[in-house]
Amino acid sequence: MLVAIPREVRPGERRVAATPETTARLTKLGFDVSVEAGAGEKASFSDEDYEKAGASIVPDTAELWANADIVLKVQPPEEHPTLGKHEADLLREKQTLVCFVWPAKNKELIQRIAAHKATLLGIDQVPRVTRAQKMDALSSMANIAGYRAVIEAASFFGRFFTGQMTAAGKVPPAKVLVIGAGVAGLAAIGAARGLGAIVRAFDTRPAVKEQVKSMGADFLEVTLEEDGTGEGGYAKEMSPAFIEAEMALFAAQAKDVDIIVTTALVPGKPAPVLITKAMVDSMRSGSVIVDLAAEAGGNCAVTRPGEVIVHHGVTVIGFVDLPSRLAPTASQLYGTNLTHLLADMGGAKSWHVDLDDEVIRGALVLLDGELMWPPPRKPEPEQKSRPKHPPSTLPPPEAKKLEDAKKAEDAKKHPAARQAGAGSAIALLLAAAALGGLGLVAPASFLAHFTVFVLACFIGWQVVWNVTPALHTPLMSVTNAISGIILIGGMLQVSGPIAAPVTLLGAIAVLIATINISGGFLVTQRMLRMFQR
Amino acid sequence: MPQSLQTIAYLVAGVLFILSLGGLSNQESARRGNVFGIVGMLIALVATAASPAVSGYGVLAGAIGVGAVIGAILAARVAMTSMPQLVAILHSFVGAAAVLVGVASFLSPPADLGGTEAVIHEVEVFLGVFIGAITFTGSVVAYGKLQGLIRSKPLLLPGRHWGNLAMIAVCLWLGAQFLAAKEHAGLQPLLIMTAIAGVLGVHLVMAIGGADMPVVVSMLNSYSGWAAAAAGFMLANDLLIITGALVGSSGAILSYIMCKAMNRSIASVIFGGFGAEEGAAPAKGAGEPQGEVVSVTAAETAALLGTAKRVVVVPGYGMAVAQAQYPLWEVAKLLRDRGVNVRFAIHPVAGRLPGHMNVLLAEAKVPYDIVLEMDEINEDFPETDAVLVIGANDIVNPGALDDTSSPIYGMPVLEVWKAKTCVVMKRSMASGYAGVENPLFFKENTRMLFGDAKKTVDAILGELRNAPGSGAKAA
Repeated sequence: MLVAIPREVRPGERRVAATPETTARLTKLGFDVSVEAGAGEKASFSDEDYEKAGASIVPDTAELWANADIVLKVQPPEEHPTLGKHEADLLREKQTLVCFVWPAKNKELIQRIAAHKATLLGIDQVPRVTRAQKMDALSSMANIAGYRAVIEAASFFGRFFTGQMTAAGKVPPAKVLVIGAGVAGLAAIGAARGLGAIVRAFDTRPAVKEQVKSMGADFLEVTLEEDGTGEGGYAKEMSPAFIEAEMALFAAQAKDVDIIVTTALVPGKPAPVLITKAMVDSMRSGSVIVDLAAEAGGNCAVTRPGEVIVHHGVTVIGFVDLPSRLAPTASQLYGTNLTHLLADMGGAKSWHVDLDDEVIRGALVLLDGELMWPPPRKPEPEQKSRPKHPPSTLPPPEAKKLEDAKKAEDAKKHPAARQAGAGSAIALLLAAAALGGLGLVAPASFLAHFTVFVLACFIGWQVVWNVTPALHTPLMSVTNAISGIILIGGMLQVSGPIAAPVTLLGAIAVLIATINISGGFLVTQRMLRMFQR
Repeated sequence: MPQSLQTIAYLVAGVLFILSLGGLSNQESARRGNVFGIVGMLIALVATAASPAVSGYGVLAGAIGVGAVIGAILAARVAMTSMPQLVAILHSFVGAAAVLVGVASFLSPPADLGGTEAVIHEVEVFLGVFIGAITFTGSVVAYGKLQGLIRSKPLLLPGRHWGNLAMIAVCLWLGAQFLAAKEHAGLQPLLIMTAIAGVLGVHLVMAIGGADMPVVVSMLNSYSGWAAAAAGFMLANDLLIITGALVGSSGAILSYIMCKAMNRSIASVIFGGFGAEEGAAPAKGAGEPQGEVVSVTAAETAALLGTAKRVVVVPGYGMAVAQAQYPLWEVAKLLRDRGVNVRFAIHPVAGRLPGHMNVLLAEAKVPYDIVLEMDEINEDFPETDAVLVIGANDIVNPGALDDTSSPIYGMPVLEVWKAKTCVVMKRSMASGYAGVENPLFFKENTRMLFGDAKKTVDAILGELRNAPGSGAKAA
């Protein structure tokens, strides 16, 4: 099976459908790989790199397409500028093309490919289920777009992202608002947080609140309760009342924040306009808006897709090729997604289109020229879980390791463990000798008390180690109070004749011991009452 | 009340005392623990009063009544900042009571003692009075130092260790005289020994300076327990023995924790005057400035706090002196309302009493679950945006970790310099108690905020109130 990687022809497209690394993985799956000369050039991959990875370099485009069993591309086929031919027309029977297809808006293109009886898989149509996460190119591209959006914003923004207190004065941190906390939104939050900005995020789906918080951003909420969770991990359209509340929130935020990143998309519909012209006008001069929905019309009223404009001093970035601006990484992730898809379809040895495979069926647009899209609807199998784990939450094994380490440390701190050492052996011997001597000479009545004394010391030792350090002062005052028990000694001595020195001494002892008891207990009570959560 | 019933009552009281200390293991059960202690004490009192050996109820009632009222007044009046003084003076009472009980017990020994038992009783008396006297005078001096009646600087007499040894030797010799003496003739050596032990107590504590008071106070706490236990032995009273042992070991543990936190050996505390070798350090260190100090205003500090996500406040004795805990909590509350994670970090020896800072913060109504111990928070500093050090110095000195020549080298400290920015509030550039120059002040990420702690915190509070909120709650 020959897999062909043509050079992308769309102007500005820097990505390529396979990198040397993914090429090697494809060969491991049993595929022969041929790469069009210069295909990886714009993504910083040279032809030699591909050759080293086991690919053959084919300079002639038409030959490359003609010999291939599978063609891997990024962009959908379009008019080839040097060949004077449409890429779709290079396809033939029994050939498979995998790329971004966007079948809903590319109906004509699909018909054109169908005429050649080829098979077409849309990587953008891979259903967003857990098993398919490894081939979810939309997520991997959105992740890059979110990151790049912040980097673009930073390059147009005239200040630090992070607040600093320098000897030369104070620099306030940038405030970033991210609208839409999908994969791109979360990546944008992460990037902006990483640069030190104060980040707030808004999303109509309450479920993402946790994710937003775990990335270190504030989650903004409107007072109205409405769940905007739609299908396939996207948000659905909201009620007019909700939208009104939402717009009021954005209007208030626009006056406050320095950077807005919008990522709101509703599948199959033009992007909702969330940042009106008036809001842009109200923003401080020097602010930046990055509209990730530019291709679908834009979330911002003044966005011009593919362009950077300055409106009232506010830079509005409408780039539609953000992933392509990070071409090496984007190619690597996209290439890996494709490799996973090809592996799932059986690799080179048992290559087939399995119509019962939910993922393949979902991605399938044309089978031997026959239209298979849209796939028959199935009940929503499961909520799509996020492909990206927020980096700030520890994976369970690591958290457990920490816990274990802590336990070990606690064990170290335990008093029993401290008694090690050579000196303690001598001390033990001395103690044993002293106890032996005591046992020989002391009368029984003394030993009874001595037993009580030693045991009480041990109990005290055990009990007091459990006292939390925060309560050490109350501990001292309460032990103070109970050491007033010496009062009993005084009480036993006051019963003699009133003028006897013993009675007098006893009475004074009782007096001061009582001060201790009442003072100690009462002040402890007073202190403990102050401790509150 | 029959003897056996009294014994049972004492047993119950002893158990209640143990439960009382056990209750202090966390804040929720602490109040119940204190109630256990009170109940135990009442049971012990009633059981003793009802015993056939006690009949002088008039004197007893008078003494207890007066004592209880004085105690209650003390407890109600004392300011939380003065807790160390109160604890110290209460220790002195236990010491004094132990001396009195010991002397009285010598004057009217239990009737049926013969041979070895009589000797043991006399040893117990002698030991009990000795410990009691040291506790008494030592605590009085500690009180004086904490209250500011006595200069808190350590008094270092030449050859003081020899002096201490000589005094102990004389006491031992007097002990031999005491045991050899017939009948009441032993009173003279006993009283002379009491006086010498008293001097010893004064001398031991005089040699210790202000910031080392936490160790001294917990040491005295321990002594007072041992004095009570000795009294229990001489009176053949198990409850006294149990209680004394509990208090004694509690004090010993506290002293151990404090010593650990200051990186000092217990021996140096018992024999007093640690810091002797350190005495020379201030002269050397203070004269050499180590770099640039960057100072900030309250407004800039407020701005810094306003933009931080995680803030840790490190209070020290300076906060207690200035009574700054109230406005400090106002600041923390304000920040917390704006979603800032504010926590307090307590070094074990911050303040003049173990756990003193916790009590002061509790008094200002700081919830105890955001008040953390050194071990709990030290690893969080690298992720902290801003640290506010208020009235603390030696406990945040990085020199303790990396400067082997520093007198406090080896002492565990709060690693505040690992935070992004650290604001140190101080009255002036003066060195801390240990007289050690603090490299923290010269660190690149350290800002100094000079002025009285309370006024400065008030100023920060004002700035924060005026500044608009971060807007995070705009919705």
